Amino acid sequence: MKIKGKVHKYGRDVNTDEIIPAKYLDTTDEKELASYCMTGIDGSFIKKVKTGDIIVAGKNFGCGSSREHAPISIKAAGIKCVIAESFARIFYRNAINIGLSIVESGDAPKKIKDGDTLNIDLNRGTIEDMTSRKKFSIKPFPPFIRDIISAGGLMKQVKRTLKK
Amino acid sequence: MTITEKILAKHCGRKSVEPGELIQCRVDIALANDITAPLAIKEFEKVGAKKVFDRNKIALVPDHFTPNRDARAANQCKILRDFAKKHKITHYYEVGEVGVEHVLLPEKGVVLPGNLIIGADSHTCTYGALGAFSTGVGSTDLAAAMVTGKCWFKVPETIKFVYKGKLNKWVSGKDLILYTIGVIGVDGALYNSMEFTGPVIRKLGMSERMTMCNMAIEAGAKNGIIETDKITLDYVKNRAERSFQPVYGDKKAKYSKVIELDCSKIEPQVAFPHLPENSRPISKVGKITIDQVVIGSCTNGRYEDLAIAAKILKNKKANSSLRLIVIPATQEVYMKAVKNGLLEIFLKSGAALCPPTCGPCLGGHMGVLGDGEVALATTNRNFTGRMGSLKSKVYLCSPAIAAASAIKGRIVSPEEI
Repeated sequence: MKIKGKVHKYGRDVNTDEIIPAKYLDTTDEKELASYCMTGIDGSFIKKVKTGDIIVAGKNFGCGSSREHAPISIKAAGIKCVIAESFARIFYRNAINIGLSIVESGDAPKKIKDGDTLNIDLNRGTIEDMTSRKKFSIKPFPPFIRDIISAGGLMKQVKRTLKK
Repeated sequence: MTITEKILAKHCGRKSVEPGELIQCRVDIALANDITAPLAIKEFEKVGAKKVFDRNKIALVPDHFTPNRDARAANQCKILRDFAKKHKITHYYEVGEVGVEHVLLPEKGVVLPGNLIIGADSHTCTYGALGAFSTGVGSTDLAAAMVTGKCWFKVPETIKFVYKGKLNKWVSGKDLILYTIGVIGVDGALYNSMEFTGPVIRKLGMSERMTMCNMAIEAGAKNGIIETDKITLDYVKNRAERSFQPVYGDKKAKYSKVIELDCSKIEPQVAFPHLPENSRPISKVGKITIDQVVIGSCTNGRYEDLAIAAKILKNKKANSSLRLIVIPATQEVYMKAVKNGLLEIFLKSGAALCPPTCGPCLGGHMGVLGDGEVALATTNRNFTGRMGSLKSKVYLCSPAIAAASAIKGRIVSPEEI
């Protein structure tokens, strides 16, 4: 899978209350959730984000609550991939389960700048920063997680077992 | 193996597991609330599932925006109610019976030693205090578990925290966990299990043990856990709704790290905005005036928490410069507080009492903050905007500091009262 887009850069410990404040959790509508995306940390995000864009952040991205509304709002806002130094574990699971691409890299987030354009090749495991011309390699997911992703998310996998 | 490894091994039908392994486990209880269940139910129905794996092993607890704060919240709750009715879910709790989930389920004997529990709520880690493996997941994980009764896990490494020495006056489980998060940071236990041990923990009551395990997630942990002992067994004795088997760790269990903490050096703690890791000893807090004090939540809304606050507030008035909000976490806590005169103390002190709810903790309702306002709360998170306005601030502390500070109008030690 290849992703090309512009970077929206954030710091460390971006939490789920910042990604989507709890007052908006009274709906499961993806489009509505997208309209509040990142409002707890960056009121202008939703105006500037374009389909295909990429979020880059420091360590512990998505810490805090288990609300799946957080990765859903990011995905529905048009973000194709989140690259962070590390992810909070529930956010990590949720992103995989709903099919939002995430990349853990200790190195890349430190060197990629806000507004840069990235070329990500998830199959080959590479990130190329088109703006700075820097290249980074990505560690692939274990096969177990790749199976969930290739099935199209956890529930698609569950659906297969239901049919058996 | 550690307690966590042993519980995981038992639930995937194996003799042993090792950190890093990916395994599929059966779950004893899967829970969700009025925020996370609607998404899970949507996913459940989307795949065409006709029935739940076991109607006795699912808990639906509408506690976040209840009693319904508005029509939208009411519609969310209706989704839970209708689903519970359709699938004859035994652990569904209507307003009037419902309470804050992580106080309610241990009280009702639904979560037990040796169990494997998942919950679509990050503070599901609370039940580690009962010697269970218990962790937060998302709504999709929960939906899958409602169909299959199973969930996938990566076996975590375990960090052992050993609490030694004598506890100082006014130092509670809340202070120990805030101090610990201050030492290791909000991602200090990321992907790890936190096992709380040592002579201090062995003497701690269930309420404070639950407070500590509740906040394991605030250090990024997968779960917090305390080995079952007599205190645990006494607690579950007359509550357990089904039989259970406690699981104990091996003496030779391997830990990724062992951290020893000398409690005699730990003062009551206050976590400054906007991360739980910003904890400071009360002597180094300085002058911080507050607009609101909240005593309650899944962290500190139990009877024991209210009892400490009432002891300090007895025959005293909350400062007229602030609002004091007290939220008993469940109906049982409420009833005991009524019987023992706690509510009269709170009412006389000028506190507003709310029905059991998560309410203001996540900026839901019943005490949301406005621009520039400062709250001191016994809750678990002080992220930017957590309790309302993005321009508000939240400080975290124990019920004792909260009560004392409510009297003074600024953050103080109970020693000053």
